[in-house]
Amino acid sequence: MSGARTLAPFGRRLAEVTAVERIGAYALLCALDADGPADPAPGQFYMVAAAERWGAGADERPFLPRAFSFARAWPRPGGGAALDFLMEDVGPGTERLIALGEGEGLWLTGPLGIGFAEPEHGRPLLVGGGIGVAPLLCWQDRLGRDAEVLVGFRSAQHAEAAGLFAGEPRLATDDGSAGRHGLVTDLLAEELDTDARATVYACGPPAMLEAVRVLCAGRSVPCQLALESGMACGYGACFGCVVPTREGYVRLCVDGPVLAGAALEVVA
Amino acid sequence: MTDFCGLSLSGPVLNGSGTFDAIAAQRTFGDALWDAFPFDAFVTKTITVLPRQGNPPPRLWETPAGLINSIGLPNKGLEGFLEGDLPQLRRLPVPLVVSVMGYGPDELAALVRGVAPRDEVEALELNVSCPNVASGLIMGSDPAETARAVEAVRPVTDKPVIVKLTPNATDPAGVAAAAESAGADAVSLVNTLKGMALHPRTREPWLGGGAGGVSGPAIRAVALEQVHAVAGRVGIPVVGMGGITSGAHARDFLDAGATVVAVGTESFRDPAAGSRIADELRVILRQERGFSGVTAVPIDPR
Repeated sequence: MSGARTLAPFGRRLAEVTAVERIGAYALLCALDADGPADPAPGQFYMVAAAERWGAGADERPFLPRAFSFARAWPRPGGGAALDFLMEDVGPGTERLIALGEGEGLWLTGPLGIGFAEPEHGRPLLVGGGIGVAPLLCWQDRLGRDAEVLVGFRSAQHAEAAGLFAGEPRLATDDGSAGRHGLVTDLLAEELDTDARATVYACGPPAMLEAVRVLCAGRSVPCQLALESGMACGYGACFGCVVPTREGYVRLCVDGPVLAGAALEVVA
Repeated sequence: MTDFCGLSLSGPVLNGSGTFDAIAAQRTFGDALWDAFPFDAFVTKTITVLPRQGNPPPRLWETPAGLINSIGLPNKGLEGFLEGDLPQLRRLPVPLVVSVMGYGPDELAALVRGVAPRDEVEALELNVSCPNVASGLIMGSDPAETARAVEAVRPVTDKPVIVKLTPNATDPAGVAAAAESAGADAVSLVNTLKGMALHPRTREPWLGGGAGGVSGPAIRAVALEQVHAVAGRVGIPVVGMGGITSGAHARDFLDAGATVVAVGTESFRDPAAGSRIADELRVILRQERGFSGVTAVPIDPR
């Protein structure tokens, strides 16, 4: 598996917030990255911080930038890209970013890490859990209508994010308030039982990714997992974001965030 | 130009060991990194004799205006560094300083014997923030232990030897003085301050390594005082660091007696922080003192 990597301009740069839209329980932060590359690779991420008042929130935080896979990128005629980031208010960093208004500044570094690799065989199956649907949106854009999309959310309010996908993704919710009452991995098991000729791409919480890994390993289906870890830098400097693999610890920010399921003993 | 232990640097801003990986950065930013390299000398992450995996995650915790880390010195070991990393570091446009740590004077000497003869290496930094297995004492917290460490490596190389001081010592200036007497060419400080965070739910230590090291603006005032105390005590150059995020902070450390400064945590927030801080410092010194650089060269009034 060799995923795609678009190089990042060195340093951080100022982007401009164009909108923050509510998508049910989530927010979509839209920014104009005029000085960045037009073609970040799906699965890559950016380090993001507000240019102003970054550090005056709860507990005097946030301090470090926050890592987000980009959900969508549109090349701009004049250069750069319009970027969308899907986020949920879970702490001082996301709280501040979601509160940004049009025209405010955003520090960006990126795109960072290695994104998804082309399907090895069979049809692409995109499996997203919660906020983890973000990198699958741009991956669907790239793969086109061949890709089957399966998504799981806590509730109908969270599941509004399913509407960001093209076509009709298959949907499950924890509480049964939208789509199937159950887990997205139930949907995946059905798909693979029907036709196991697939390459699976998954992003979501660790327990979901571990279930996907086990399902795919049991059926010899290749899977690529977009993992998450706390990060300070995003470019290999701090060694803070390691995850255990069969080859020992790897830095998720430079060797991931997309890793082959086969490279992992377990998603911790 | 800035003279530092006989090395001629193009400016006064280094990186703190373990806060920048030039090889990984090149993978992310491409060869543009070498043209825009943000430091005037590059200090490697600490290497040890044998490879180390480092501590189990989680390794990071954000604090008010800072960071606690418990990384655990993951590295390829001496052989791995010499064969894997050093050839790639030839592309650096600035002098290379290699940081080494051993569990006692003999191991430090072995590391310096392995690294110092290489042409690519211009200086060594001794990380003495670990225990000497023979005595159980943290080498850098004890003047006699620190002196033994420096005495062990001094006969091995003529290249500059910098001792990285820990702020978790009773008397950092006393440790610095001991390092100087034993033949150190410079001291650098501060390393991280010992700290801890608890898991919000389980109330157990959050970090996989238990305790960790605090860095960033949260510790700047502490670092400045220690740099001031050490610089007042020794005659060798001092590398000052601890929470520097701007040229104004860098000037504080120089005014407190540092010869050059180092940037660490701020590089996590801004990969180009080193050059930004150097630029800001240059402007400040020019405006306020009529000097064109850190070494006092009056600007030609014409």
